[in-house]
Amino acid sequence: MTTTIAASQPPSRPAGTLKAQLRRAERLRKWKAFGLVAPLALFLIVVFVMPIGSMLWRSVDNTELESVMPLTTAGLQRWDGTGLPDESTMASFAAELRDSRQGGGLGRIGRRLNYEDTQYRSLLMRTLRGLPASLEGDADWTTTLIEIDEAWGETATWLGIQRAAPPTTDRYLLASVDLERGDTGQIQRIGEGDRLYQAVFQRTLVIAGGVTLICLALGFPLAYLLATLPAKTSNLLMILVLLPFWTSLLVRTAAWIILLQSNGLVNQSLMATGVIDSPLQLVFNRIGVFFAMVHILLPFMVLPLYSVMKGISPSYQRAAVSLGAHPFAAFWQVYVPQTISGIAAGTILVFIMALGYYITPALVGGPADQMVSYYVAYYTNSTNNWGMAAALGSILLVVTLMLYLVYHRLVNRKQMIRH
Amino acid sequence: MALPPYASPIEKVWFWVFRGFCGLVLLFLITPVLVIIPLSFSSSSFLTYPLPGFSLRWYAAIFDTSGPWMGALKNSLIVAPLATLLAMTFGTLAAVGLNRADFPGKGLIIALLISPMVVPLVIVAVGMYFFFAQVGLLNSYAGLVLAHTVLGVPFVVITVNATLQGFDFNQVRAGASLGANPLRVFFTIILPQIVPGVVSGGLFAFATSFDEVVVALFIASPTERTLPIQMFSGIRENISPAIAAMATILILMSTLLLVTMELLRRRSERLKGAI
Repeated sequence: MTTTIAASQPPSRPAGTLKAQLRRAERLRKWKAFGLVAPLALFLIVVFVMPIGSMLWRSVDNTELESVMPLTTAGLQRWDGTGLPDESTMASFAAELRDSRQGGGLGRIGRRLNYEDTQYRSLLMRTLRGLPASLEGDADWTTTLIEIDEAWGETATWLGIQRAAPPTTDRYLLASVDLERGDTGQIQRIGEGDRLYQAVFQRTLVIAGGVTLICLALGFPLAYLLATLPAKTSNLLMILVLLPFWTSLLVRTAAWIILLQSNGLVNQSLMATGVIDSPLQLVFNRIGVFFAMVHILLPFMVLPLYSVMKGISPSYQRAAVSLGAHPFAAFWQVYVPQTISGIAAGTILVFIMALGYYITPALVGGPADQMVSYYVAYYTNSTNNWGMAAALGSILLVVTLMLYLVYHRLVNRKQMIRH
Repeated sequence: MALPPYASPIEKVWFWVFRGFCGLVLLFLITPVLVIIPLSFSSSSFLTYPLPGFSLRWYAAIFDTSGPWMGALKNSLIVAPLATLLAMTFGTLAAVGLNRADFPGKGLIIALLISPMVVPLVIVAVGMYFFFAQVGLLNSYAGLVLAHTVLGVPFVVITVNATLQGFDFNQVRAGASLGANPLRVFFTIILPQIVPGVVSGGLFAFATSFDEVVVALFIASPTERTLPIQMFSGIRENISPAIAAMATILILMSTLLLVTMELLRRRSERLKGAI
């Protein structure tokens, strides 16, 4: 806009004042525009970015011990890990353990230490009960602690606390991909029986990928039909796509439970037609998850495909047929390549949305169908293992954002081609 | 794409197979929505066909003010309009700003404004749960409204942005040169032209808040229990015809939303055609 105004000025005129004025006006316009965007940007930074940032931080945050036992953690970090920590560390440990009863500190460190070994919480409680108010004569805290519980005389006990002491840790991130640090600090896979999250991520990918493929297989023909029908018919049929799209997710999930239950319509009609003799288990398992998720996500496949197909001229395909191509060849080699951007957009969109699903698997899936989101929620609400919740959430977030970047590239390229 | 009269038998078969397949997909899409409606009028407490008899008892159960549904509906009707209003205000201002001029970091800011749509809901929920606990917004209407505003904002930004694509900002200059202050310019020149975008963005934001469970499950206490939370726990515990009745009401609402959106779309197309 500026350039047109500038160009309309007579070129002979000396550049000075007018140019400076224009530049100032332009700068003012930029600031005004920025000022309009700023409130929302600020709002989102405070209410959206910061919360997610603090969640990400929790996946490496390890300050439980440090906040309750600052002197002990400092002492343990000086300790070389052989024998027992020095007397002053023992003394500050005893003092800080006694103080930890106030303000819930004991609960925090007990929970944190139990991730290292499940014996710690009870050990701390026992020790706390046996702790004398002060020491008499020449007794020292090392002996006193060992008298209360022999565990304090073992190097391994203190090593466990030392491992839990640093302010940051990679244990949650490692644990969420079934890795751990061994005794010497090397990264290793955890025992076969304890591996859980690899299976969870695998399951999440399988469900999201399967849902995406089914959506593509169902959505592509439908979008093609809608794009090639006369406008009046296709608008009418579009309602059948848009009404479910606008209907509450919970309504649709409930509907699938009703349809698929053992005396539901699907089982009833299958039995009435004699296909099966006894009702099939169709819900609260993987089948139910697929039905409900495909139903919810199918419009997100159909709509981008439709908008791309709507812009494809049918004359190319007709030209190919008139030049002697088999109709199928014409479709496959001339039409489908033009829909690639729509396929890519729809596929990635559906896949991204499916990856983060929580509600549908939680309601129609069995215990073996829960996806990553379920475990994030579980660790937050049920076990208060926030480090684990944050680590799993961080991985899910990173994967989602990377996929979204790909999606963004594809969609932007598509728009560039259109213009 | 009608079948030409010279089509070969194979083409005919293929044509009908294709149409049949699409018909089945459409059936798959619409059946669940339609099947649940008659069940809400069932006189029995079992959700099975054929219906043993007709009754409105489940609607009575829903509209019973001592039951759980009315309280949940009230909460949703407190939270959703407030969140929508906030999202509409913030989102419209931002969309206008984005279209007025280029400024450094614009791409990054657009990414920020759209990001609540992309980030998985569970992550938003956990993040807000921790954060709101620290600042005292957990278990409060204010927290829920703010959270739902965040989720609704991208829709407003996107739809208003789309309607602004054809907007000529020279009109703003014309208004200003005739002596109107910026506020007046906004309300008399810009707003009337982008109203369809603002309203449809608002409807999206409203629908989002009205159907949002995950974040609400994390940050609301039983006092702020919204309709979707009530539905969620209802479905999880024991799915009853009362849920079918509520579902029917929600389907009616989504039909209204759909019709409104269609009317808005037609209006904006008509306006574009007139220019």
